[in-house]
Amino acid sequence: MAAVLVSTTINGDAVEFACPPQESLLAVLRDRLGLTGVKEGCGTGDCGACSVTLDGRLVCSCLVLGAEVDGREIATIEGMAENGKLHPLQENFIEHAALQCGICTPGFLMAAKVLLDRNPQPTETEIRYALAGNLCRCTGYDKIVRAVQATATELRQLEKKKSRRKKSKKS
Amino acid sequence: MLESEAGAAFVLAGGTDLLVRMKLGHIEPALLVDIKRIPAMNSITHSARGTRIGAAVSGAELGEHKAVARAWPGVVEATNLIGSDQVQSRCTMVGNLCNASPAADSVPAMIAAGAKAVVVSRTGRRTVPVEKIVTGPGQTSLARGEVIEAIVLPARPARSGDAYLRFIPRTEMDIAVVSAGVSLTLERGRIKTARVVLGAVAPTAVLVPAAARAIIGSKLDEDALHKLAAACSAACKPIDDKRGTIEYRTKVAGVLGKRAAQIAFQRAGGA
Repeated sequence: MAAVLVSTTINGDAVEFACPPQESLLAVLRDRLGLTGVKEGCGTGDCGACSVTLDGRLVCSCLVLGAEVDGREIATIEGMAENGKLHPLQENFIEHAALQCGICTPGFLMAAKVLLDRNPQPTETEIRYALAGNLCRCTGYDKIVRAVQATATELRQLEKKKSRRKKSKKS
Repeated sequence: MLESEAGAAFVLAGGTDLLVRMKLGHIEPALLVDIKRIPAMNSITHSARGTRIGAAVSGAELGEHKAVARAWPGVVEATNLIGSDQVQSRCTMVGNLCNASPAADSVPAMIAAGAKAVVVSRTGRRTVPVEKIVTGPGQTSLARGEVIEAIVLPARPARSGDAYLRFIPRTEMDIAVVSAGVSLTLERGRIKTARVVLGAVAPTAVLVPAAARAIIGSKLDEDALHKLAAACSAACKPIDDKRGTIEYRTKVAGVLGKRAAQIAFQRAGGA
């Protein structure tokens, strides 16, 4: 079958690729575009290791076809750090030892970021539900939950400082 | 396109079942038709006359529609139980229906709600009650070239409520062992109309008219609830498997039917 030509945006950059119509977005990201931060665990949408966002929504890239993303916006773990500075979630995963083998980590970070973008003050239960689509066989999840909680607190404090600074500038 | 393809042709909406079946080699499509960019299929319209949910609307999008969630909390919570957040971003009610699993979460809630499927083909359009779509595990009544375009929920009278409950051994990301959907409308504090539906206890979801009759006319007192539970258990034709025995599923169907009815009653403003 003829390859499909796809134009899309990945981590803010315009990207074009050609792939067979049945090829998954996961395979495109890893094997055609070299974005190997996205991992394949189960390949059937159960483990969340291949999580990326598609137009801002969290998806398993193994359950998306490359051909579907024409004109869409994709974000992967490679876009999380900015100008070489790790995102607070990434810092806190290290700080709280929320990873061991690391295969599930990019997926957890993407899922946690989507959660915090929507809900800056999640309860532990909300965190556990939001991360239920991501499996980790090393950590027992507690450290991951703590890292997300710590990040939520940190980001809220940063936000407060910012708004205070804005106010003092105005006055 | 679907009709003229000589080989295996499939509609791709969320892909959360279809792509897994392709990956596992269960199917080898010659043609996939992605319906997500068809406006009639990726939108929700909600008015006093009823609700129309396009076949490509994801579970997450449905959950974010506040008016539909207020009118049909049972249908929305059932649909939002499908899979993880990752799956919710993609999965659809129509996909859940056409995948035809006996344990599909959205299906009992849709049937309880009196939902209809809008079936289109090259030659026309027909409207079919959702309970007529699935004929057995993995089997539907759709003919070649027919596609479900949308799910339509009827106008919602005042003092109505619906609920869906499922039993799973863990708290998230699992397949229903037993499930129950109930939708009802009250008049002067008594149940005027009701529909009770069970999932995962037979080859298809089962509408249980006897369970509805047991509570119609009542204020959902102990006696009515007891009769409803008995009717639910009597309607079960479950399988024995590692997730639940026949006896267990039969018993739990009654319990879930009762609890779902209580939640629906409360939501309808019953006391």
